[in-house]
Amino acid sequence: MKKNQRSFAGNLITYGMVIVAFILCQIALSGAIDGFKMSRSLKGQLVPICVYIVMAVSLNLTVGISGELSLGHAGFMSVGAFSGILASQWIAAAFPTVNLEIPRLLAALATGGIVAGIAGVIIGIPVLRLRGDYLAIVTLAFGEIIRNLLNCVYVSLDGVAVHFGFLNSVLPGKMLINGPMGATGVEKLAFFEAGFLLVLFTLFVVLNLIGSRSGRAIMAIRDNRIAAESVGINVTKYRMMAFVTSAVLAGMAGALYGLNYSTVQAAKFKFDTSILILVFVVLGGIGNIRGSIIAAALLTVLPEVLRDFGEYRMLIYAIVLILVMLATNNPTFKAAVARLIPHRRHSDAEKEADRA
Amino acid sequence: MEGIRYIPKAINSSLADGFCRPHSGRAYAGARGGIPLCGKSLPADVDSFRIFIIPCIYGRESKRNMIQFLSYLVNGISLGSVYAIIALGYSMVYGIAKMLNFAHGDVIMIGAFVSFSATQYWGVPPLASVLISVVVCTVLGIVIERLAYKPLRQASSLAVLITAIGMSYLLQNVALIIWGANPKSFASVVNIGTLSLFDGQLRVTGETLVTVLANIVIMVGLTLFTGKTKMGKAMRAVSEDKGAAELMGINVNATISMTFAIGSGLAAIAGVLLCSSYPVLMPTTGAMPGIKAFTAAVFGGIGSIPGALVGGILLGVIEILGKAYVSTELGDALVFAVLIIVLLVKPTGLLGKKVHEKV
Repeated sequence: MKKNQRSFAGNLITYGMVIVAFILCQIALSGAIDGFKMSRSLKGQLVPICVYIVMAVSLNLTVGISGELSLGHAGFMSVGAFSGILASQWIAAAFPTVNLEIPRLLAALATGGIVAGIAGVIIGIPVLRLRGDYLAIVTLAFGEIIRNLLNCVYVSLDGVAVHFGFLNSVLPGKMLINGPMGATGVEKLAFFEAGFLLVLFTLFVVLNLIGSRSGRAIMAIRDNRIAAESVGINVTKYRMMAFVTSAVLAGMAGALYGLNYSTVQAAKFKFDTSILILVFVVLGGIGNIRGSIIAAALLTVLPEVLRDFGEYRMLIYAIVLILVMLATNNPTFKAAVARLIPHRRHSDAEKEADRA
Repeated sequence: MEGIRYIPKAINSSLADGFCRPHSGRAYAGARGGIPLCGKSLPADVDSFRIFIIPCIYGRESKRNMIQFLSYLVNGISLGSVYAIIALGYSMVYGIAKMLNFAHGDVIMIGAFVSFSATQYWGVPPLASVLISVVVCTVLGIVIERLAYKPLRQASSLAVLITAIGMSYLLQNVALIIWGANPKSFASVVNIGTLSLFDGQLRVTGETLVTVLANIVIMVGLTLFTGKTKMGKAMRAVSEDKGAAELMGINVNATISMTFAIGSGLAAIAGVLLCSSYPVLMPTTGAMPGIKAFTAAVFGGIGSIPGALVGGILLGVIEILGKAYVSTELGDALVFAVLIIVLLVKPTGLLGKKVHEKV
């Protein structure tokens, strides 16, 4: 009971943090207070920050809560981006006289989520039969396959008829998706408030899932699959639930991301993007949702702020990634950290006792 | 015979930058068939019938296609030999340390860069440059193991894998800072002429011959090493049961370091051979071949030396034939599809041993 209350309070802090950050951004955007203004480049980063927060939180659901290393998260993002763009363009073509920006954005998000969810089910069925390193490498393989396939997809819009071509670029009407050139002439529908609402929606879904019976089942499977199975938890069902939820959220984030730029290529969702999101999750703390949000926001803003570091950014990420893994997983390193922060020693000891 | 373009170049470009360029070197079969999903159905591919089915029945064309096929096959075996050498490094490390050394592909790239610098900047003869690169990579492998992987011996596989990914990015970015992002043109270290067969219709390059030969020598050498020498036997013991090996007085840490050293040294050779055949060198050169070689290692059965050979060559042949006859764009997808199918149908690979899960 007490633990439940604590997690409820924790969730409130997470929501509060996001809302306060949003209000601060709005004040900075309006320029009401002197000296507290947002630079142009930072303004352009607002939607990507929201997108990366959603990506990081959804990946944390797979990596942290479900305990499966997914290296193909950008694949779901790209599926969501392209299907979302298609949906929004189709609505624009079907109802040319009405101004439907917000419904189009919503439809794009929904389509992106649904299509990525379907992809999640298709990929999840084979992937979740594996474990550990093999699972990670297969998610990587799927991410690459998605990117390869999207490079061969051509879609055109002729009136309200959608034409698909695979490896076939000659299609009637106006081209929407042009193979390796990607989607061109995309209308920029995404805006900051929508991104903020998507972040809140993601938090709502993920935090509720974690706190629910299903979430506890998912974490039980993560901690000990065989023990969980032996008390009657349906392992496949719950692993699938986490994986597909994560894919749906990534698809929605992808749709928002796609509608924030005038052109989107499949090459934007390379393996590097998957790793970048993994870096957010690892630095924020695996399994720690609030940490993911902070890490995603800071690490998206940081390169803008420290432009001089540009060349060394990935180098620094790599070093930090290794150091964080060493610090959190090596007993000697851990003990040294615990000595530096005295009050944590107790909780660590408690955790060790729990484990034993 | 319109439509035939120079395939190896296209493959090289996709190896180098990780994704395929549109329409470069696309082969004919099935490439133009559209999928009639909505609206108008599109004409099926007539060319594939003209070029493939008819020549099989009639003489001269058929011979030409046969030779074409043989040349793809030779290219495939050559690429597959490189995969096999890289796969050995993955396979040995996975067998002994039970970890996926994600940074292995980037050690290949470092090896090629060292050899490149030695010949280009310091004027070292090609063969000596290979030796230098082997030494550098061997040391690099040991250092990586000591700094990043050894402290995590007891940690979860998730933590080790993330560290390995971090190491891979570290190597790529160090190379980016030292050598820059512009692709370098790697001068081949092989100076043997091209072998011409069938009146010069089938050409086997010196690089191909050397690659295949090196592959055979390495395989035989490693089989003898693990079978006959004390260190090799220690490696097999550690891969079988780390705890028991330690009780028998085997220095497990030294054995694991040795494995990393051998794997990284081989990676240097693989890097030089790869860049001799496909001469584009940049910091991301090693990433794709690295992942594909891991696929090869899994395909053949991880932890097995003949498995790495079989898996590597099969994967190389599948990739080149897929790029030639199915579609250049989908070559990589095909390789990864092979990985997924193998892992689902036979997770132990073609020649791997079955390991039972202990509760």
